[in-house]
Amino acid sequence: MSMDGAGVLERTLTEDEAAILDAWNVALREGTSLRSGRIREAELQTQAKTVFGQLRDALASGGLDADSESFAPLRETLADISRSRAIQGFTPTDTANFVFSLKEPIFAALARTSDTDASAQVAGVWAAGKVLDRLGLQTMEVFLASREEVIGRQGQEIAELSTPVVRLWDGILALPLIGTLDSARTGIVMENLLQAIVDEEAEIAIIDITGVPTVDTLVAQHLLKTVAAARLMGADCIVSGIRPQIAQTMVHLGVELNVVSKATLADAFGVALRRTGRKVVRQQAATEERR
Amino acid sequence: MDRIPILKLGGVLIVTIQVDMHDRLAMALEEDLTAMIARTGARGVLIEISALEIVDSFIGRMLVSIAAVSRVLDAETVVAGMRPAVAITLVELGLELIGIRTALNVERGMALMQARLAEEDRHGSDRDGLED
Repeated sequence: MSMDGAGVLERTLTEDEAAILDAWNVALREGTSLRSGRIREAELQTQAKTVFGQLRDALASGGLDADSESFAPLRETLADISRSRAIQGFTPTDTANFVFSLKEPIFAALARTSDTDASAQVAGVWAAGKVLDRLGLQTMEVFLASREEVIGRQGQEIAELSTPVVRLWDGILALPLIGTLDSARTGIVMENLLQAIVDEEAEIAIIDITGVPTVDTLVAQHLLKTVAAARLMGADCIVSGIRPQIAQTMVHLGVELNVVSKATLADAFGVALRRTGRKVVRQQAATEERR
Repeated sequence: MDRIPILKLGGVLIVTIQVDMHDRLAMALEEDLTAMIARTGARGVLIEISALEIVDSFIGRMLVSIAAVSRVLDAETVVAGMRPAVAITLVELGLELIGIRTALNVERGMALMQARLAEEDRHGSDRDGLED
């Protein structure tokens, strides 16, 4: 039965190549891929022609199993196509439709070539559906994997970008945190901070959480871990930049930060200066001149 | 069996750990240190661990217990020079060495100890009410 279907399908694809390709190109042109302007029609047609040729070859040599060796070149081509679609920012629908829009032209061609033999036609349609569905799914898998890769890379870049340790004064470091704290980021933050404490021989580190959108129990736990690790190295930590709403949420959640905390980075810096025995004084002369 | 040498400098005992700590070495150190505090009447213990690369929960517990024993014998413990990786490991193990004072290096540790001893001398034996 299945060999039959593959045979019928292959014969149809060979005999009716021009008509199927034309119909497919029309379907692709009417689809949404071109409208976004991310790909040219000529390129789309070249891709369609390549895929069609490889599909026919694969059917001729390896039957209907889209996971088999004979489909390898076709799978590779489709993977390349969907990978580039993912990077170019196509929607999943556009990407999947590239394969699925081949169905209609093939079904029409099957109806033409075997209109006298109903069972052959059914077998052909079944075979085409099976192969194309599998190929469509593979396309989607590659598409999603590529997208996830892009997201992962961006996440990594953000993590690297957003954990700077700033030296405010001799022995005073500031760590402005931006974005949500998860355990992976906490690890990076902690390592950066501790290394900076060693490098700068810092006594006090100010962790500023103005840029942290929410503080829940988990984030608080991560903060406390960082503070504890810094303390083990011999440096004190001050947490600053707790916004009023966050302070309320924390109290309502019962989150307790058992560290010195200040509302603003400026306040925390003041405390740090005092603790290291320093003082900021207004220059008397300057104030008098202004008067 | 190897022993970790304990140096006496003024009223402070200094221990630098420069080998991999294994459990028996750690226990021997605790014993030696306790005996030494009792014999010399030292007021402080400075443990320098910048060469220590690997810690486990036992070593962490040992540090806490040395600090506790020293406190009973009226000596303050300062741990100096902990590496970032060691600090992270201890925190992940949940051992935050509560009750132990820490310093970035020996110099800071000694300064901390001396400031503390001077303060105690000034205020007599009332040491607990004088945090910062």
